[in-house]
Amino acid sequence: MSTAVTRTSSSPSSPERPPLPPGLGTPIKGPTAMGSDFGRMLRLTWTLAVTDFKLRYFGSVLGYLWSLVQPLMLFGVLYVVFSVLLDFGGSEKYYPVALLAGIVMFNFIAEATMGSVRSIMNREPLVRKIEFPRVAVPLATVLTALFNYMLNLVPVFVFLLIAGGTPRWTWFELPGIVLLLTVWLAGIAMLLSAMFVRYRDVEPIWSVVMQVLFYATPIFYTLDTVAQKTGKDWVPNLFMINPFAALLQQFRHAIVDPSHASSAAAIGGTWRLVAPLLVIGITVAIGWTVFSRMAPKVAEDL
Amino acid sequence: MPEQSVPAIVVDGVSKTFALPHERVHTLKEKALHPLRRSSHETLRALRDVSFAVPKGEFFGIVGRNGSGKSTLLKCLAGIYATDAGRIYVNGRVSTFIELGVGFNPDLPARDNVKINATMLGLTPREADRRFDRIVDFAELHDFVDLKLKNYSSGMLVRLAFSVMIQVDAEILLIDEVLAVGDAAFSQKCFDEFGRIRRSGATVLLVTHDMSAVQRFCDRAMVMENGKVVQIGDVDAVADKYLQLNFSEEARAEVAGEEGPVTVVAGEGETVRAAGDGHAEILEAWVEDGNGGRLEVAPTGSPTAVCFRVRFHEDVQDPVFGVGLDDSQGNGLFSATSAFDGPSGRFPAGTEHIVHVSFQNFLGPERYAISASVAPDGNGLRFHDKRDRIARFAVTDGRPRASMTALPYHVDVVPAQAHQEVAP
Repeated sequence: MSTAVTRTSSSPSSPERPPLPPGLGTPIKGPTAMGSDFGRMLRLTWTLAVTDFKLRYFGSVLGYLWSLVQPLMLFGVLYVVFSVLLDFGGSEKYYPVALLAGIVMFNFIAEATMGSVRSIMNREPLVRKIEFPRVAVPLATVLTALFNYMLNLVPVFVFLLIAGGTPRWTWFELPGIVLLLTVWLAGIAMLLSAMFVRYRDVEPIWSVVMQVLFYATPIFYTLDTVAQKTGKDWVPNLFMINPFAALLQQFRHAIVDPSHASSAAAIGGTWRLVAPLLVIGITVAIGWTVFSRMAPKVAEDL
Repeated sequence: MPEQSVPAIVVDGVSKTFALPHERVHTLKEKALHPLRRSSHETLRALRDVSFAVPKGEFFGIVGRNGSGKSTLLKCLAGIYATDAGRIYVNGRVSTFIELGVGFNPDLPARDNVKINATMLGLTPREADRRFDRIVDFAELHDFVDLKLKNYSSGMLVRLAFSVMIQVDAEILLIDEVLAVGDAAFSQKCFDEFGRIRRSGATVLLVTHDMSAVQRFCDRAMVMENGKVVQIGDVDAVADKYLQLNFSEEARAEVAGEEGPVTVVAGEGETVRAAGDGHAEILEAWVEDGNGGRLEVAPTGSPTAVCFRVRFHEDVQDPVFGVGLDDSQGNGLFSATSAFDGPSGRFPAGTEHIVHVSFQNFLGPERYAISASVAPDGNGLRFHDKRDRIARFAVTDGRPRASMTALPYHVDVVPAQAHQEVAP
C-alpha cells in the first residue's frame, strides 16, 4: 500500500471491545440444514418439488405417458425373460404385477437417490444467493420422485385389477409402506447430496450401488426361488434386512396378493423387522448428521 | 431497553476466512487411498474484525472496490455464509437481494415464477397469492403473466424480479448492486420506490461500488478495503475516502504499467517524449506534500509541489523550466514556468537537478497528468526535453464539489443597507 494511503487510513476497530448490551434481536449464525423455521422448510421443499414436477409435465399429457414407457418397457423385457422363458414365477399369484410393482419401486429409489446426488450442485444459484434451509434441496428431489412414483403406481393397480386382483383392506398399508420408503430415501438423499459437494466421485460409485441393489433385491426373482436354489431357509431372511426388499415384499403381500409372503414371514418373525427399520433409522441419522455438518459451509464449498 | 434504541443490525467483530484448496476436485477414492493426507489450501481473509451498527430506519451504504469484502459481509448478514468469529444481530424480518429473480425458471410462466420467487424470499404461498396483483401491477406486466419467462425481454424480467423483491415487505433489506438495471423510466421508478421504502421505516443496507447511488440515497455509509472497515460515517466523507482509494490504486497501476520504469528512454513513446534536442533529459516527475513526502493523492487546500528530476547531457546556460497539469479530459488547468524569474544560471553536463514548483493546491477532485519541460528559452518553440503525461496523481476534496478547481474563498453575507452606504 502506498505511503499516502497508509498515512491517512486508520483502523476503527480496537482489540478490547465493550460487551454488547442484551436484547439486540435475532443472532445470525449462518446457514443451517433446517433453518429456524420448520414451516418455511416444508413450504420451500414443496415449492421446489412442485416446480420440478410441473416442469416435467407442463402442458403435456404425453409427458406423463412418456414417463410410463421406461418402466413398462423394462417390465416387458423382464416379464418375457424371467416369466415366460425362465419360469422364475414360483408359487405366488400375479407374478407380472408383482414384477411391475418392484420395477416402479426401484425406479422411485433410483430417481430419488441419483437425482439427489447433484441436487445441491444444480441449485447452486439458490444456495449462493439466498438464505434458506439447505435440506429443502435434497428433500425436494425425493418429493418430486415420490410424485412420479404415485403416478407410476396407477398402471400397477390397473394391471392388478385386469389380472383379477380385488381391492382389499390391506391396501391401506400402502401409505405406511410409501412413507417408510420415503423416509429412508430422504436419509440417503441427504447423505449423497452432502457428500457430492466435497467428493465428486460419489455419482459413479452410487450408480454401481444402485445396480447391486437391483440384483440383490427380489424384483424379478422371488424369495421362494432363492430358498430353493440355496437350499437354506435363512438366506431369504438375510435379504429382508434390506429395507427396499422388506418394503417391496410387504407391498406384494398387502396389495398384490396374500400368496406373497409378508415381510414379517419372509424375515422369519415379526420382531426381526427391527433389522430393516434399524437400517432406515441409521441411514436417516447418518444422512442428517453429514448434511447438517456440511450445510453451513455449502455456499462456499461449491 | 426501549424498542426505538435497538439497532436494526449489529455487527460485532466479524471475521471470515475462506479456504482455497489447491486441488479443486476431491474424490472418495483419494480419501480412501490416503486417509491421513490433509489437503493443502490457502486461506483468504475476506473479512477482518468488522464492526458496525445500523439504527432502525437508516439507509446505509457499503462501498468498496472489487474484492474488498463487501459482498462477503452482505452474505454473512444474510445468513448465507457462516462467520468464523464475531456476532451479528438483526432486529426484524430480513430480505436479501443479492440477485434479482433468484430461482426464476425460464420454462415457467411469470405467474408461477412470481409465486416461487416470493416463497423463496420468505413469503407463505398464501401471502404470495395475495400480493400477486400488486406485484404484477408494479411491474406493469399485466398482459404478460401467462407468458413463459424465456419469452420475456431482459427489461421485463428485471421489472418482474424487482417488483417481487419490493413487495416482500421486509423490515430489513440487504441489497447488492441491483440499482443499475432496467430502462431509465424503470430505474426512476425503482429509485422512487427506494424512497418509499425508506419513508416506511424499513432499514436498507446497500452494497455497491457506485458512489453516486450511495450519495443519493444513503444516510450513512462505510468504505471497506481488504476486508476491513476503512471509514464509516458521513456519506461525503466516505465518498471522498473511496475516491482516494480508487485513485491511488489507478495511479499505481498506471505508473507501473503504462509509463514503465521512471528512467524513460528518449523516443520510446510520443506520449512521453514530445520534443527535445537531448541536451537535457527529464528522468521522473512526482508530487510532494509540504514536508517533501511523495504523494499519489494530494488533498485540496494543502501545500503541494510538482517536482521533476532532470539530467544535463551538455552544458546548458539559463534554461527555462516548466510544468503543466492536465485533467483527465486533457484540459490544461495549470502551467508554471521559470521564464520570468530571470536567468537560471549554468548547468554543467552530467549534473542532475530537481525542479520544485510549489503552490497551494487549488485543484478540484480529479486525476491529473504532469507534463514537464526544459527549454533554452521561454518561447515554447524549442526544447532540450519535453515530456507529456510523465506522471499522474489524484486530488481529493473533503467536501463535494462540482467544479474543476477549488480556489480558496470565503462567503460573506452583509445587509444590503450597509453595502449601499459603503459604495456611494
